[in-house]
Amino acid sequence: MRYARLLLFAAAMVAVGVLAPHLGEYPLRVVIVMGIEVIMVASMALSNGFTGVFSLGHVGFIALGAYSSAILSLPVTAKHAYLRDLPGFLAHVSLPFLPATLIGGALCVAVAFLVGLPLLRLSGHYVTVATLGLLVIVNVVLVNADAFTRGSRTFTGVLPYTTLWWVLGWVAVTWLVSSRIAYSPFGRAMRVSREDLVTAEAVGIEILPTRMTAFVVSAFFCGVAGALYAHYLTSFSPHAFYFPLMIQLIVMLVVGGMASLTGASVGVVVITLLSETLRNLERGFHIGALHVPPLYGASQITLGIVFILIMIYRPQGLLGDHELVLVPRSRRRRLAGTPREETEVQV
Amino acid sequence: MNVVEYVAQQVINAVSLGSLYALIAVGLSLVFGILNLINFAHGDMMMVGAFAALVLQGAGVPFPIALVGGIAAGGLAGYAMERVAFRPVRGAPDVTALLTSLGVTFILENLGILLFSASPRNFPLPAWLGHVYELAGGRITFTNINVVTLAFAFLAFAFLYWFVTRTRIGLGMRATAEDLTAARLVAVRVNAVIVVAFVLASSFAGLAGMLWAAQVGVAYPLMGFTPMLKSFIAAIIGGFGSIGGALIGGYVLGALEIAIVAFLPAAVSPYRDAVVFALLIVLLLFRPGGIMQVRQEVKL
Repeated sequence: MRYARLLLFAAAMVAVGVLAPHLGEYPLRVVIVMGIEVIMVASMALSNGFTGVFSLGHVGFIALGAYSSAILSLPVTAKHAYLRDLPGFLAHVSLPFLPATLIGGALCVAVAFLVGLPLLRLSGHYVTVATLGLLVIVNVVLVNADAFTRGSRTFTGVLPYTTLWWVLGWVAVTWLVSSRIAYSPFGRAMRVSREDLVTAEAVGIEILPTRMTAFVVSAFFCGVAGALYAHYLTSFSPHAFYFPLMIQLIVMLVVGGMASLTGASVGVVVITLLSETLRNLERGFHIGALHVPPLYGASQITLGIVFILIMIYRPQGLLGDHELVLVPRSRRRRLAGTPREETEVQV
Repeated sequence: MNVVEYVAQQVINAVSLGSLYALIAVGLSLVFGILNLINFAHGDMMMVGAFAALVLQGAGVPFPIALVGGIAAGGLAGYAMERVAFRPVRGAPDVTALLTSLGVTFILENLGILLFSASPRNFPLPAWLGHVYELAGGRITFTNINVVTLAFAFLAFAFLYWFVTRTRIGLGMRATAEDLTAARLVAVRVNAVIVVAFVLASSFAGLAGMLWAAQVGVAYPLMGFTPMLKSFIAAIIGGFGSIGGALIGGYVLGALEIAIVAFLPAAVSPYRDAVVFALLIVLLLFRPGGIMQVRQEVKL
């Protein structure tokens, strides 16, 4: 039964697609946003978790994908109304959803390649800091490129193209592509370069191309997710793609387990359910005679505490490097890397 | 206004801004030198200091004592942060502690919003601090806040210099920064050293937070994040992990930012954060050791 798991996976996606709309409007919205975040977080896992290049800059790609696809798909009349200074070649075109999304993703690939050439040579937390720099630069450019983005004002008039089925389709593509890469011999090269650079080079793995492939692929899917998010929100400002989103995605990634694609997705579900529940609780509630007053922000604080507890007690995340059903067990065993060393020196 | 006066005014601005960056950067560098930890929550110690001073003044405490209270609050918060969030992840890979610090930031900023709301509050100042000095017929101006900032920065640096060179625990601190394992072997109490480093760094940040709030006139829960990021760049400019380097880096960054705004075309100045971060990336690639040439294994 080689395709049993694939069929199971497809059936699960279809089930979500058919059932979710019947749950009501609010749950449907939560499911759509979760799907978009799964694309973001799973693709970040591919780069951050499997190659060990911990990037904080992926939100920059999400922002690029969102803005570029939104500019491309905006109806020409809306462009005349909101973006009068747009250069001619952009002012007179309005692309359908799919090409706009793909171009958004392709732009991210190009940018990721260019910035990756210098950045991916950095090691350890220097790459983390440098990619944070990338996020700041993208944000500053978006805020100041008035002609394209309306600056810090809200970008509106984007058509609500994003439906549940679009999201599920892209989730499936992301998962399939990422798992094919992550659980191939190439994926093992990625994990070796994460564990030990010297060993990796000694057995003939070229570090930079290995890191670059993961980085570029994850940038593409982040761009796509950004495009989906933009056409879901329909109006947004550069601030929607900045530190709050970055921290939220990192929390999801780390809680789920970044060395696992499904782990990252589990992280999205767990954190979303937790924060939606807490958000409803913080408005205040009654337990019998006890009245708890509203405490706005308490949900975020709880999330932060959960995050730190995970870092202390289970730094590899909920799933560690286990996958759920994505890859057949036999294949996984053949290709699995060595378990990750957790501690070096105990101080 | 002639060129000399214009430049003099910009120098005053640069020194004032640079002092704050240096105060924050020194703390970042101190902790990084010892633990290899990039502490994103460092900026929130600014918020703690500023709000402590704000609350104390609201309770009728005179300004100088509120200032001491703010420094103490920063130090206390630093102590708590080390014990609760960083000591339990000691020994884990570097990125674990970095992520933990992101978690701490998230908690502290939301706690700040919960307690004080997100909107900026006026930072009360005694009248004498707002006194404006005018030179060259009012074409060069500065206030007592600038003077106080500079004075406190120098006091803090003098104290730090005395501390790391003349006290036993300061010596231990330098030994630990050099080589943690070797320091333990010669009976340096590494845990005590780390606690002291966090308390020192955080009280400096608390002080910087109050001075920052005094200069811009307001305090708000997210006030520390951007200055922290900038100071981080300052620390790297100087040579990350080096105290002297952080000091120099702070003033260099202050001068650079003021220069971008003052001397480049107006169209460039909104992009100054992007310029500064681009500079960071270039620096990491070509001179990762910064001005002090701290040896770092930065590249593959």
